[in-house]
Amino acid sequence: MRVLANQRFLTLAILAVVIAVLPFVFPSSYYFRVASLVWVSALAAVGLNILMGQAGQVSLGHAAFFGIGAYAVAIGPAHLGIPSWAALLIGALLSAVLAYLVGRPILRLKGHYLAIATLGLGVLVALVITTESSWTGGPDGMPVERLTLFGWRVSGSSTWYWVTGGLLLVGTWIALNLDETPTGRAFRALHDSEVAAQVVGVDVARFKLQAFVIAAVYASLAGSALAFMNGFINPDQAGFLHSVELVTMVVLGGLGSVLGSIVGAAVLITLPQALTVFQEYEHLLLGLIIIVAMIFMRNGIVPSLSSLLVRKARS
Amino acid sequence: MAEFLQFLFSGLTVGAVYALVALGFTLIYNASGVVNFAQGEFVMLGGMVTVFAAAAGIPLLLAALIAIAAAVAIGLLLHRLAIEPARGASAVTLIIITIGASILLRGLAAIVFDKQFHKLPAFTGDTPIDIMGAAVQPQSFWVLGGTAVVVLALYVFLEHTITGKAVLATAANRLAARLVGINTTTIMALAFGGSAAIGAIAGILVTPITLTSYDVGTLLALKGFAAAMLGGMGNPVGAVVGGLLLGLLEAFGAGYLSSTYKDAFAFLVILIVLFAAPQGLFGRRVVERV
Amino acid sequence: MIILEATDIGISFGGVKAVDGVSFSVGPGQILSIIGPNGAGKTTLFNVVSGVYTAGRGAIRLSGEDVTGLAPHRLAERGLSRTFQNLQIFQRMTACENVMVGRHLRERCSLLPALFRTPSVTRQNRETRAAALALLEDVGLKDAADIPAGSLPYGACKRLEIARALAAEPRVLLLDEPAAGCNAVETEEIDHLIRQVADRGVAVVLVEHDMKLVMKISDRILVLERGRPLVEGTPREVRDDPRVLEAYLGQHGAREAARA
Repeated sequence: MRVLANQRFLTLAILAVVIAVLPFVFPSSYYFRVASLVWVSALAAVGLNILMGQAGQVSLGHAAFFGIGAYAVAIGPAHLGIPSWAALLIGALLSAVLAYLVGRPILRLKGHYLAIATLGLGVLVALVITTESSWTGGPDGMPVERLTLFGWRVSGSSTWYWVTGGLLLVGTWIALNLDETPTGRAFRALHDSEVAAQVVGVDVARFKLQAFVIAAVYASLAGSALAFMNGFINPDQAGFLHSVELVTMVVLGGLGSVLGSIVGAAVLITLPQALTVFQEYEHLLLGLIIIVAMIFMRNGIVPSLSSLLVRKARS
Repeated sequence: MAEFLQFLFSGLTVGAVYALVALGFTLIYNASGVVNFAQGEFVMLGGMVTVFAAAAGIPLLLAALIAIAAAVAIGLLLHRLAIEPARGASAVTLIIITIGASILLRGLAAIVFDKQFHKLPAFTGDTPIDIMGAAVQPQSFWVLGGTAVVVLALYVFLEHTITGKAVLATAANRLAARLVGINTTTIMALAFGGSAAIGAIAGILVTPITLTSYDVGTLLALKGFAAAMLGGMGNPVGAVVGGLLLGLLEAFGAGYLSSTYKDAFAFLVILIVLFAAPQGLFGRRVVERV
Repeated sequence: MIILEATDIGISFGGVKAVDGVSFSVGPGQILSIIGPNGAGKTTLFNVVSGVYTAGRGAIRLSGEDVTGLAPHRLAERGLSRTFQNLQIFQRMTACENVMVGRHLRERCSLLPALFRTPSVTRQNRETRAAALALLEDVGLKDAADIPAGSLPYGACKRLEIARALAAEPRVLLLDEPAAGCNAVETEEIDHLIRQVADRGVAVVLVEHDMKLVMKISDRILVLERGRPLVEGTPREVRDDPRVLEAYLGQHGAREAARA
């Protein structure tokens, strides 16, 4: 318990220090932008980790909720005259409602069947976004009005760095909170043995649904934040490849580890930026790095490294 | 009627390709338990290698054989270098590895070939054949016939050869197969090679109709995976039926309802089927043992 | 008084009747043992009674209420708890957390306070942990409280499952081979524990292969053979019944045993 409490504190402390210190070593605003991108993706990944890492349910369509959040803040102010901040909340609510309605039948499925069902959900949402171009601008995407909070227009790459960093910190705090509660324990229990969780009274369907809805809201908020930050949004954010990217972040960082999800996001966002110097070899190297990382650190980066550290410390 | 037949033929043609991709999925899944998201890249390789070999002046048939050989080589390498070293890793880890492989292969294709769309000449001309008012491309018959041959060959192989039976035994129970002396590693390599060949054949057959480029694999893998699930994962017959069904759904949906939502019908139907029958259409209901 | 009553239970898999026409009942504080050769359908019967499988026929009543076909967690809410023959522990959680999950129904479990870690959540956590530690002490696992359950030895896992089942404060407890893989001392402890639980008024249904334990502890014994009830009676009645020996050893073996 004490160890766990420390881990919880440690994760938050590391994250806070990193967010606070990085700006001192950033040479240009480009770095602020990339870092903000990492914070936003990490927020979605931390949420998805609650579903995949804690409750053990795969979602290959999670970008759908990311897209709903993003398009809510684009469409709300542009077409419906809803203030930006309200659109953000409406997007999160929509995502939660969709996750709730679809989650009930979907989460009865197991393993690969669940994977294909969530994948189908993701593809459908992405298709609607791409096709209904009078609302969404179609494949070309649409501009997003800047976020205005109490008359303060949130803009500039360093401002967004702090906003997204703060969001991630809060999201991480909540995810860590959840771990040590009856709900968090129910998630982990049904992950390890559904039948054992059931016979001690855990309503497995209800808790899977809760995890799905929580993860959907995280993704939606992350999507909204990205849309505000970029001032522009296109359907790729809701697409299958983005879903895969989110899953890869969680698995690469280490399923079940909150810090792992953040590290996974950081690797997957910064790597392509770093690899652009290799130009056409970018995808080749990205694929190669994913394969090699998963073979040699099959439990993910953070769990593999921390067990290595523990072993080093013992010997 | 003519319209109906038109949709029927285009649906069956596309469905045949989905069926082959799904069959490839099933073969690998049964032998190794891996859901191979790089399956679509084999289809892409089949088309692209044939296109470039043919462009270099190699006769079409020979170019096709080269393409199949190349895909098989890549399939074997995928197994040897990426799947085998990760043996025992969790299912989701293995999925991520195959996704990494698909990104890698796509990147490789973009470098070795290019990022343009390419076409192959139809095997026996472009003059449509009139069937009760429906104009059917001769290439459609190549696709359907080719699929039938592959399915039949696979059936004969699995049911009537010792090696085929070893594959089935491995699919049924890997540990038991190993205990009776089956080299399951060889069987897995065989499955990856065979599945790559099937994918490549699908790519060669369909490229004259649909064109190909370095990134056609993703959507095909999705559809193939969906078809395999629709039929019930691990069931070869289910995979073929699921593929054909998916193709027909798309063709009729696009024809009679809305062409912009062509891709949606397939996934909508899959969601509905899975809601009603969580094990797919032909999947066995498993009783969990506790 | 009867608390759990199963009537004419039947279930088949692919045409094979795994359980066929089995009935039993048990009252508060009673210990009913179900024995029989391997494949007699004992575990399947447990799976039906605890709602893991849906019975093909028959009825199950819990405290007079018809609970046939209810999901396991609904049965748990009504006071039924169980352990598993082939361990179903939460491998990645600590031993203590395993038992804490067992307290699930005794905890308030609303989402919003959990997300923001309100003081009430922390307080409840402390209480649950204390209760779990007490139970771990009862089964002799207090020292293992913060060890991941996946790294515990087999016998310890068995006892952990009992502690988890008890954490729910059940009125009916189904134990599936609790002494399997335990040494003589541990078996003795489990014997003691089961008796204690029964003395508190819990109805215990026990599947067990250790005949010494069964004969010593049971109020009644039900013998199954190939899914069908063979004999039911007191330990003495069952021990002296030639049909029971025959079921275990076959006709030939039974004659040998009788001669010996």
